[in-house]
Amino acid sequence: MNLPISWLKEYVDINCKTEDFIEDITLTGSKVESVTNAGDCIENVVVGKVLSIEKHPDADKLVVCQIDVGQSEPIQIVTGATNLFIGAFVPVALDGARLAGGVKIKKGKLRGVLSCGMMCSVEELGYTRNDYPEAPEHGIYIFSEEQTPGDDVKPILEIDDDVVEFEITSNRPDCFSIIGLARETAATYRLPLKYPEIIVKEEAGGNALDMIDVEIKNPELCPRYIARVVKNVKVGDSPQWLRHRLTAAGLRPINNIVDITNYVMLELGQPMHAFDIDTIDERKIIVRNAEEGEKITTLDGMERTLDSSMLVISDCNKAVAVAGVMGGENSKITDGASAILFESANFNGPNVRITAKKLGMRTDASSKYEKGLDPNLSIEAVNRAVQLVELLGCGEVVSGMVDCYPNKREKRILEYSSDRINKLLGTSLSDKEMIDIFKLVEVEADGKNAVIPTFRPDLESEADLAEEIARFYGYDKIETTLASGTPTVGKRTMKQTVEDIIRDTMVAMGLSEAMNFSFESNKAFDKLCIPKDDKLRQTVTISNPLGEDFSVMRTTTLNGMLNSLCTNYNRRNPEAGLFEIGKVYIPKALPLSELPDEEPVLTIGMYGKTDFYDLKGIVEELTEVLGMKQKTEYSPALDIPYMHPGRCAELSVESSSIGFLGEIHPSVCGNYEIGAKVYAAVIYINKLCENVNFDRVYKSLPKFPAVNRDISMLVKDDIIVKDIENIIKEKGGKLVESIQLFDVYKGKQIQDGFKSVAYNISFRAADRTLTDDEIASPMKKILKELEEKLGAQLRDK
Amino acid sequence: MKDKLKEIKELAVENLKGAENLKALEDLRVKFLGKKGELTKILKGMGELSKEERPVIGQLANEVRETIESKLEETKKFLLSKEQEIKIKAETIDVTMPGKSKILGHKHPMTQVIDNIKNIFIGMGYEIAEGPEVELAHYNFEALNIPKDHPARDEQDTFYINGNLDFLLRTQTSPVQVRVMEKGKLPIKIIAPGRVYRSDEVDATHSPIFHQLEGLVVDKGITMGDLKGALAVFAKELFGENTKVRFRPHHFPFTEPSAEMDASCFACGGKGCRVCKDSGWIEVLGCGMVHPKVLEMAGINPDIYSGFAFGMGLERVTMQKYAISDLRLLYENDVKFLKQF
Repeated sequence: MNLPISWLKEYVDINCKTEDFIEDITLTGSKVESVTNAGDCIENVVVGKVLSIEKHPDADKLVVCQIDVGQSEPIQIVTGATNLFIGAFVPVALDGARLAGGVKIKKGKLRGVLSCGMMCSVEELGYTRNDYPEAPEHGIYIFSEEQTPGDDVKPILEIDDDVVEFEITSNRPDCFSIIGLARETAATYRLPLKYPEIIVKEEAGGNALDMIDVEIKNPELCPRYIARVVKNVKVGDSPQWLRHRLTAAGLRPINNIVDITNYVMLELGQPMHAFDIDTIDERKIIVRNAEEGEKITTLDGMERTLDSSMLVISDCNKAVAVAGVMGGENSKITDGASAILFESANFNGPNVRITAKKLGMRTDASSKYEKGLDPNLSIEAVNRAVQLVELLGCGEVVSGMVDCYPNKREKRILEYSSDRINKLLGTSLSDKEMIDIFKLVEVEADGKNAVIPTFRPDLESEADLAEEIARFYGYDKIETTLASGTPTVGKRTMKQTVEDIIRDTMVAMGLSEAMNFSFESNKAFDKLCIPKDDKLRQTVTISNPLGEDFSVMRTTTLNGMLNSLCTNYNRRNPEAGLFEIGKVYIPKALPLSELPDEEPVLTIGMYGKTDFYDLKGIVEELTEVLGMKQKTEYSPALDIPYMHPGRCAELSVESSSIGFLGEIHPSVCGNYEIGAKVYAAVIYINKLCENVNFDRVYKSLPKFPAVNRDISMLVKDDIIVKDIENIIKEKGGKLVESIQLFDVYKGKQIQDGFKSVAYNISFRAADRTLTDDEIASPMKKILKELEEKLGAQLRDK
Repeated sequence: MKDKLKEIKELAVENLKGAENLKALEDLRVKFLGKKGELTKILKGMGELSKEERPVIGQLANEVRETIESKLEETKKFLLSKEQEIKIKAETIDVTMPGKSKILGHKHPMTQVIDNIKNIFIGMGYEIAEGPEVELAHYNFEALNIPKDHPARDEQDTFYINGNLDFLLRTQTSPVQVRVMEKGKLPIKIIAPGRVYRSDEVDATHSPIFHQLEGLVVDKGITMGDLKGALAVFAKELFGENTKVRFRPHHFPFTEPSAEMDASCFACGGKGCRVCKDSGWIEVLGCGMVHPKVLEMAGINPDIYSGFAFGMGLERVTMQKYAISDLRLLYENDVKFLKQF
């Protein structure tokens, strides 16, 4: 909503700088978006009086003028304009002037003759003949009245007005008008509001009641419809003051009748429409729902197909307007119209909004209606319009009106308690102080009851009244306190704590945190080579997505991770290590009958100088930090479609899977166009939470030395070290303190199909130094079992 | 004999002066004080001396030994320090060469901002609540006093699920308020950070997925003054001790009275700059007193309890804090970007 300050001043006597006004009105709740001044780009343009016009000595099409610009000497300007005459008052851009579009004017010579400035057309000042119809089509603008040479042209042409743009919230349709903002301004400064005085002379003969008939078929969608008639219409240009107000507020002047309806819409907030009365068959207005598929050509020349939820204004035969949205081509005012019908009606806001949306035509009118207007406003508006018709002399107003208003909206009365309002706000205002504030917003109150004007449907309860008190008492004056109620302990849940620990650990391991979208394309499943009947393809699907790429809630986090790695790869980052803590969305049943499971997942992804065991090291460290490493087990996972079947491990705790880690399948890497080996882990955070253990019990530091034994063996390639370790633990017994794999070797000197594996086993007893003899027995058992169970051939023995 | 001893002493002192290294020093020690050294040789002749002479010469011999020993020690110390000096000189390195870095990862800038805010509120006694992102329309709208025909419920803003208007992606974190209130455990003091969804095309300042943080306090006797107090403390903690705040009236369906809070610009301190678009203020959050209807719908008696709520967008705060110019960078996960935080 644009508010030209000059227009505002018609209703409120404010006398402050625009920047102060903005500050003050903002603090009472009207949010300012911007301030513009059309004159800001124009500088140093003054009135000049043409004193003489002489031929240019060297150019047929140029003349040399002496211009009085209010200085001691006239200045000389060379021009090619042909509409000048001696004595004409014109806008003159002096040396150093700035014009619309950033044009700068400098002194110079034209064909050898000095020219000290430029005389301007309206276009050069940033306007068109629409704004100044009296301006010539080609040539210098000439003021119609006598002016004082040297005066700034901006106030004369009314282009020096500050225009303040407001964001109007949906609860304040009343502020969608100049008068509404003036009311807020008056209340802010505690100044009187001067309503426009509306008096209609009604000089034409007859009575509107005899000329037209109105029937509302659907009073729910049209609570009120008023029609007034104007005869002997003279369609023409509006006067400058009216045109400029429209332009300043952001509307284009068209002709006096249309301009009047727009003026009233801006001033009072009530959209209006004018019909050529001769186009209304039988002069009967019927407000009804459209027929399904009914067609109408609207004023913009487009044919619209309507449905039965939409409201139209029609006569006995045809629709003549889409109610509250746009008039029809068939009933528009043309230059030949002799009489017009002014419509000032009230339509259901949501219905207008939906209609406008369905038709793809949000108009100035519909955007006002959709907020929900006060039906009591319609009458002021129609009278204001016909008053302007009389003022502009563009028609004769017929007395009387047709006012169809089946259910009058009455003022609402709200009970309130000053005490409760004070308690809610933390203030201590007296009854009187509150009553005075209520008066500012035209609420009549007596300390117990408040009578709410019908233009404030947002005031529904005591809390709403409290806000009015707070606004005009001043939010800034409410004393700042700290709640003194029940003390509470701030804390995180276990899951939040675990997530924080995961983040800290991942960062310590050199990984950086990624964030990916929660929705993605269905195609992700194909890229991940997930079979057609896989459960992961059962998704929570968005009905109205921004596009297929954002259409399903993810059931796996790997697609996002691989896309992120791909971004890094494409940007030539030689390595990348990322982790993400994010949710997957798993429907319990489809179609949804209850909310899906939202499972938090830790995803790790990396490429570059890294391998499976780096990844595993990170996961092991995490389980260590979470106090669950002893419980975890890794076993080969052969059948995850997007993982390398020979390089993927399932991570489990007590035979229940909590995730997996490994190398991404080469064909999946190919699908994501990553030309490097990618390692990734997916771990379910809820399952980590079930197994974390933060209890730590001190174990006394060893007093006796450990005895170490190295063993090295040759085993078949497909033997996994987990089996070797299990044997060492089992046969080594209690004295085994730790086992450490320190070498795995394949290649030279090792027979094909075999590998050499070497361990360091550390034995220790808490109460004595172990002797070689004590170690001999468990070592023997270990070696025997390794030979028998795994066919290991011990080396160096 | 006396003369001999003196001679030895002088010779030893003289020789020690010329010792250039520890090896030479050791040789001198052996030469003068060793088992076959000069001093021992002389003392072997002590037996031939008279009873009277013996103690005198013995004393003198001891003096000579002590002198030589102390000189030896002195020279040894000198040589050692000289040797160390040479070694240290040889060990000089170029300290301007780069360090060997231990590679640490980086938390996402959004996480860092969220952690910061969480810690501020935990310090003020708030718990951290969570709620579902796929939400029922009831919690996202009705229970927050946003009725069926409200413009905020247009499909153009909200993502609906599986063709069912009852299920949607939450457009705000506010439904968490309702879920917490419905549990009925009072007083309530929570914040709820999380993802929210709105149908905005991706560009430099918009994303269909973004993060909000919600706050809710419900107790007996909570006032608007308390709201101002809590949020002023928060703003100072987040933006700095000298931060000022101002509250502007605004409209939200689920609070009444409602406000927007601005903080004085952390970049210019309120003088006006590019960050605050010359206004001196940065819009931080929306807030208000919980609407009595919202309390009532959640089963809390508004005649006994009152509360305040607030909500803020986290992307914008993050972008302002780190001067990030394009929101898309937050979701690209380029390590060159992430490493900057």
